[in-house]
Amino acid sequence: MAKTSFDAIFLGGGPGGYVGAIRAAQLGLDTAVIEKDKLGGICLNWGCIPTKTLLRTAELYTNIKQAEDFGLQVGEISFDIAKVVERSRRVSRKLNSGVKHLLKKNGVVVFEGQGSLNGKHKVRVTNNGSITADLTSQNVILATGARPRRLPGIEPDGELVWTYKEAMIPKTIPKSLLVIGSGAIGIEFASFYNALGAQVTVVEMLDHVLPLEDREISELARKSFEKKGITIYTGASVSQVKKEKGRVIATLEEEGNTKTLQIERVVLAVGIVGNVEDIGLTNTNIKVDKSHVVTGSYCETGEPGVYAIGDLTGPPWLAHKASHEAVICVEKIAGLKDVQPLDSTRIPGCTYSNPQIASVGLTEEAAREAGHEVKVGRFPFAGNGKAMAIGEVEGLVKTVFDTKTGEFLGAHMLGAEVTELIQGYSIAKTLETTEKELLHAVFPHPTLSEMMHEAVLDAYDRAVHI
Amino acid sequence: MPIQILMPALSPTMTEGKLAKWRVKEGDSVSSGDILAEIETDKATMELEAADEGIFGKILVPEGTEGVAVNEPIGVILEEGDDAIVVEAVTGVSEPEQEAEEELEEEPEPEREAQRGDGNKAVSEELPSVLTSVSEPNVVPLTNTKSEADGPRIFASPLARRIAQNSDIDLSSITGTGPNGRIVKVDVEKALGGDVGMVGARRPALKATDYSQPSIELPNSTMRKTIARRLLEAKQTVPHFYLTLDCQIDNLVELRQQLNGRDGADYKLSINDFVIKAAALALRQVPEANASWTDTAIRLYENVDISIAVATDGGLITPVLRKADEKGLQQISNEMQDFVSRAREGKLRPEEYQGGGFSISNLGMYGIREFAAIINPPQSCILAVGTATKQPVVRGGAIAIATVMSCTLSCDHRSVDGVVGARFMQVFQSIVEDPLAILL
Repeated sequence: MAKTSFDAIFLGGGPGGYVGAIRAAQLGLDTAVIEKDKLGGICLNWGCIPTKTLLRTAELYTNIKQAEDFGLQVGEISFDIAKVVERSRRVSRKLNSGVKHLLKKNGVVVFEGQGSLNGKHKVRVTNNGSITADLTSQNVILATGARPRRLPGIEPDGELVWTYKEAMIPKTIPKSLLVIGSGAIGIEFASFYNALGAQVTVVEMLDHVLPLEDREISELARKSFEKKGITIYTGASVSQVKKEKGRVIATLEEEGNTKTLQIERVVLAVGIVGNVEDIGLTNTNIKVDKSHVVTGSYCETGEPGVYAIGDLTGPPWLAHKASHEAVICVEKIAGLKDVQPLDSTRIPGCTYSNPQIASVGLTEEAAREAGHEVKVGRFPFAGNGKAMAIGEVEGLVKTVFDTKTGEFLGAHMLGAEVTELIQGYSIAKTLETTEKELLHAVFPHPTLSEMMHEAVLDAYDRAVHI
Repeated sequence: MPIQILMPALSPTMTEGKLAKWRVKEGDSVSSGDILAEIETDKATMELEAADEGIFGKILVPEGTEGVAVNEPIGVILEEGDDAIVVEAVTGVSEPEQEAEEELEEEPEPEREAQRGDGNKAVSEELPSVLTSVSEPNVVPLTNTKSEADGPRIFASPLARRIAQNSDIDLSSITGTGPNGRIVKVDVEKALGGDVGMVGARRPALKATDYSQPSIELPNSTMRKTIARRLLEAKQTVPHFYLTLDCQIDNLVELRQQLNGRDGADYKLSINDFVIKAAALALRQVPEANASWTDTAIRLYENVDISIAVATDGGLITPVLRKADEKGLQQISNEMQDFVSRAREGKLRPEEYQGGGFSISNLGMYGIREFAAIINPPQSCILAVGTATKQPVVRGGAIAIATVMSCTLSCDHRSVDGVVGARFMQVFQSIVEDPLAILL
C-alpha cells in the first residue's frame, strides 16, 4: 500500500516546489510533490535554463564574428538551428533528471498528475481524468506556477503566433520576428533572434523597454538594442494580427498612428497569469487577486494549513523568489525560530540579453518617489581595465544611496556578465550595509567587479578611474 | 622618561570632556600639585593637578577642544634628562607609566543593604549606580587600557547602527528581529515609532522644507547630554507614582520670621531650609523612603543625605547635603548658599553632587503651585515643593485663611509602596505644620 499521509505536500515541482520539498525533507518532514508535467517546472524545462543555453549560442556566435578584433582568424561561421535547439533540450533533460535524483535522495515521494485541494488537509491526485491517489497532509503548499498571458485577438497557434515555448524550439530562424512585450522574456528572445539574423521588432505598451528597470538603464539598453538592429516601439500596442500563409500582418497603434507590419512570426511575451484553476480553490478561504493567490509574510493563505509560493502568488515572478519563499514557508511550518520574511527589495532581477541587465533594490525614480533624498553613483564599462581586456566596453554600473542614512537602496547594471555580478550587491543589501562598508570593501583587480566599487565611490564623489 | 598626561575620568559617568584651559605653557617647570589644566566634565569644571615634577613638554590637545575621550593623551611632562625630541616618540607610542592623581577623594557612603523585609542584613558594598557611584577610585591611572569593560556586544546591521546614531537612539534598548536577533533597520524604525508597514514598504516622506521653521541650534553640552540620558532612563525604567499633600505652614512662616528677626542674626533662613530639615527628620522616621532598588535587594541608606536640585545656566545639578538630619537650620542654610553659588560657577566637586539617598526639588519661588518631579536614580523618592500661598481652608467647621504649601512625592514603586510614601508625607506634613519639633 503506497504512502498517502504526509507532513507537507507540494502542488507543483518547479523551482518553488522541488526546492521546498528538499528543505522540508531536510527538516524531517514527510514530504510529497505532485507534478503534472516535468520536475523542475517551466524554469528548468521551458524557461530560465533552456533560454540561457540558446543565448549562450548567440553570444558565442556574436563573439566569433568579432574574432578578428582579437587577432583570431576564423573561417566562415554558420549555425545549425536544430543542433542549437537540441543542445538546449539536452541541458534541460539533464537537469530534469538531476531534480528527480535529488528528490529521491531526500526521500521525497513524487506523484505524477494534477493535484488539487479536496477538503481540509486533503489533496487529490488525478492523472488523465482518473483519480490516482487521495492524500492527507497538515500542510499543503500550492506551487503551481503560471503561464503566458494571452492577448484577445492574438491567439498563439504554435505556428505563426508563438509563446515562449515555440520560440524556444524553432525549426528555422524566421526572417522577421515581432516580439510583443519588452519584459525580460521578450527582450531575451529579441536578443537571441537578432543575434542569429532575424529582423526583430519589439512592441512595448509602456513608455520604456524593460519597464521594471531603472529609467537610465532602460534607455541605455534601448540604444544598444537599436544599434544591433532591433526596431523598438514604446507606448505602442498591437491591435490586430492577420494570419496569412507563412506570414502575419500586424496592426500597430502608436500614439494614435496606425502602422502595418509584415512579419513571419510573432512571439507573445506580455506577462503571465497564475495557474489558479483546477487546484481546488473554490469553497476555500483562499483569496485570488488578478489570477494570483494572496499570501502573507510567510506564504500563508486564507485557509489554515494551505500555503502558496512562487509565480502563483504576487510579483516579482522569478524562479529564485519561488525557491526562497519555499524555504521560508517550510521552515515556518517546521517551527524553526528566526525565520525571516522575504523583502522584495532584496530580490535581484536579471535579463540575459546582449547586453545583460541586472538590478536589485529601488530604482532611482522609485527611491525618489518613496521620499528618499538620494546620492547616485555611476561607473561606465569604458573606464574599467578588465572590460577593455575582454572587449566589453559597453555598459554602466549605477548605485543609489539614501543621503541621510547611507542606506544602499539599489543597484542597476548593464553590460557583460552583470547577471553574475549583481549577487555582490544582493548580499550587501541583505546585510544592510551602508556606503561605508562598500567603500571599505576590497575588490580584486583586474575584474569587472571593480566597477561595482567605483560606482559606490562615485556616489560619494570619490571615483578614481573616471 | 617623559610622562604622558591622559584625560582623566573625573566622574564615573564621564567618557569624554572638554579641555577648557591650559594653566601651564610648554617649557614651564611643574611640580607635584601644580594645576595643569581645567577640564570641563559633564557636571562641572575641574582642575587637573600634576602628580610629578618636570618640565611641561608639550600640549597635545589644544585648549577649547571638546569631546576629548577619557585616557586620551593631552600633554607630556619631561623629567630631568629627557630630550624634547623624545616627546615625539612618546606621543606616538603608548607607554605610559605614570598616574595623575585627581585631588578628590571620596569616602564611601556607609550603608546597609537589606533584602525586603530583612532590614538588618548589612552588606558593605559600594553603590553601583551611575550618579552615585563611589566604587571607581578617583585616582585615574594614566594608561591606555580601557577604564571600563565594554558592555556585551550588540549585533546590529550597519544601516541599523547608522539610523540609530542619526536619531540618537540607544541600540541596547532595541530588540532585534533579524537573523539570530540581529538588530536590523525595521527594528530601529519601529523603535523610532515609524509607521513601518510591510517589509520594504515606505511612507512617502514629506519634503523637509515643508516643516522648516526659522531656528537656531544650541549644541548639547556634556552636562545637557547627561541630564537627558539620566532623566530618560529614569522616566523609562522607573515605575513612578505620585502622592500630593497640602501643608499648612503658618507656624513655620512665623517661626522663620522670628528666627530671621533675632538681633544679630547672621543668617537668613529660607522656607526651603526648613523643608530640607523637615524631610531629613521625616526620613529618620520612615527610613524605607531613603532607599534604592537593586536587582537583588532594596538598599536602605544609613545616613540621611539629601540631594537638592539646583538650577544653573547649563542645567540641573544636585549637590548633596550630607547627614542633613544631624545639622541645624543655620548650617543647612549656609551649606546650601555655598552649594548654590558654586554650582552656578560650575565649581562643585564630584563628591559634592554624587550620592544622596533622597532628592528635593523646589519651584515654590517661581510661584509653581504643585508639580511632580522625575526620580533621580538610583534613589527611590523625590519631593517636589510648590509655592506657599494664602488659601481658604476649613478649620473647626469654619473657613479660615492658611498658608498652604503643596508637596508631591514621586516614588519608585519597585522599592517604595504607596503606604510607605504616604507615611513619609504624613510625617513630613506634621513637622512642617508644627515646626517647633525641628528645634528638638
